[in-house]
Amino acid sequence: MFNRDRWQEIFETIRKNKLRTFLSGFTVALGILIFIILFGFGNGLKNTFQEFFLDDATNTLFLFAGKTSKPYKGFKANRRIEFENEDLSDIKDNFSFFLEYITPRISRGASVRYNNEFDNYTTRAVGPDHQYAEKTMIMKGRYVNELDVKNKSKHAVIGRLVAQDLFKQEDPIGKFIDIGNSVFKVVGVFQDDGGDNEERFIYIPYTTRQSLEKGNDKVDQIIVAFRPELGHTGALAFEKELRSFLKEKKSIAPSDPNGIFIRNVADQLKQNQQFANVLQLIVTFVGLGTLIAGIIGISNIMVFVVKERTKELGIRKALGATPKSVIQMILQESIFITTISGFVGMGIGVLLLRNVGESLEDFFIKNPYIDIETALFSTVILILFGGIAGYVPAKRAASIKPIVALRDE
Amino acid sequence: MIQINDLHKSYKMGSSSLHVLKGINLNVEDGELVAIMGSSGSGKSTLLNIIGMLDVHDEGTYELDHVLIEDLDETKAAKYRNKFLGFIFQSFNLINYKTALENVSLPLYYQGVGRKERQEKALRYLSSVGLADWATHLPSELSGGQKQRVAIARAMASEPKLLLADEPTGALDTTTSYEVMDLIQKINQEGKTILVVTHEEDIAQMCKRIVRLKDGVIVEDNKVDQVLAAQYV
Repeated sequence: MFNRDRWQEIFETIRKNKLRTFLSGFTVALGILIFIILFGFGNGLKNTFQEFFLDDATNTLFLFAGKTSKPYKGFKANRRIEFENEDLSDIKDNFSFFLEYITPRISRGASVRYNNEFDNYTTRAVGPDHQYAEKTMIMKGRYVNELDVKNKSKHAVIGRLVAQDLFKQEDPIGKFIDIGNSVFKVVGVFQDDGGDNEERFIYIPYTTRQSLEKGNDKVDQIIVAFRPELGHTGALAFEKELRSFLKEKKSIAPSDPNGIFIRNVADQLKQNQQFANVLQLIVTFVGLGTLIAGIIGISNIMVFVVKERTKELGIRKALGATPKSVIQMILQESIFITTISGFVGMGIGVLLLRNVGESLEDFFIKNPYIDIETALFSTVILILFGGIAGYVPAKRAASIKPIVALRDE
Repeated sequence: MIQINDLHKSYKMGSSSLHVLKGINLNVEDGELVAIMGSSGSGKSTLLNIIGMLDVHDEGTYELDHVLIEDLDETKAAKYRNKFLGFIFQSFNLINYKTALENVSLPLYYQGVGRKERQEKALRYLSSVGLADWATHLPSELSGGQKQRVAIARAMASEPKLLLADEPTGALDTTTSYEVMDLIQKINQEGKTILVVTHEEDIAQMCKRIVRLKDGVIVEDNKVDQVLAAQYV
């Protein structure tokens, strides 16, 4: 391996057969390059998926009210159930052990105006903890706070795109906007990983919304977050208890499937994670496929190279080359070329991925990357299999009788 | 130099077998220049290949320089070839991407000679065939006669006991053929044993002994008065 003379012989062969060297090196480099790019894109796809589906808190239950479908305790069927502020405090009092936080949500569409700019947006009247449920990130100012809720202040937190639409370059903080003919002061701007729609919401205190709607205390939707320590089974138990508690409170028949609906994000999460796993499987499969294609490519090149050199090997053997030295020469040359070009391909691939960055987000590929272990491992695998692929034809060439090899034209 | 007794060789051709050499007896002394003649299919190339350890015989004995050649695996054959034999082929068999000098030094590489000594020695042999000025040229830049002289220099470089030439003039015109034969005769005069396979009568007459093969047996084995190639050059 470290015989200087042998290396010189190999370098000489490489130098004098540039096209052949280039072709085999190119195959290897291309193989590893494509593998790295595809694998990186797969990871980017996974990132996009996670952003789409996993951007909200996952330890939450969404409570909706609807119409009953069974008569119960003297009430007729088809009665409309509504949540009230009192339900919030009742849940808080009775389930403090399970509870992380709780927040109402009242969604209303509204025409919103600032100076001459206006558009229709969805307002969400919420409590301060809603920020955690949606994983809302504040860019400027602040979110709705307890004081806003207590004072029923006309404060609004607007999405990044709302600010862009209405305020252009202006700083929205402290400015006043019309929301459905009431004047609100903008106290914050937020962004959200959930996509453009999520950045077109306007958050206001839920008490403010209630006072605007004739001072009622109705709530559309309650979002309950349980302690993550509960796990999936704990969450299911909590959901069950919460359901029967609310049915009892609202006088709904225990067997009535309607009246109250609970959407458990944990359940969805499980499905989404299954999908993510399938995606991972596809990425791995594609990667493996490319790697195998690369190995086949190298094998082909090696067979071709050895075939092309059959006569030369015959001459060398007639001059006294042993089969061992022939195999060694071919293998050392091929491993040398695959190693160099493999790492070159890997380097180019990693650099490309790094530079692509955000530019492919429109194609659902976000932050494509490959971890260095996978990159190195696959390169080494390719080199290893390149060596094995070279060994078979090399061994065959070495065992051909020189008289046969010399006849080969 | 060579003692061959009752040598047989047959090739399997599917179910039947082709008996090529049917009991060859041949002794070659040191310093001889032997022409092996015969029409195609007479077995002359097979005999040369067996002597050259490029092929193995089935029956009989073959001694080269008092070493019994038997049970040859490729590794052993390669070592013997490198130590005992130099080859000259009809189609030259130079490695096309190596210069004349590198081609000549290749057998020395397989003898394990150091790089510097290898080049000096190779250049010396290249000069002895009159091609020192062509050392850095590739085979494609040489004429047929020059290629064969490079091949002869290469065969000589490993300082073999026996030189085997398989139709060395087969691909050359008459003048060039005589030049090559002149070179071979000079090498022989320096004491080297040489076997030349040929089917050309004039080339055979330039050797000291002619062995004629027909259908796998030696039909004639005569010493001849050597015609010197130098008079035609």
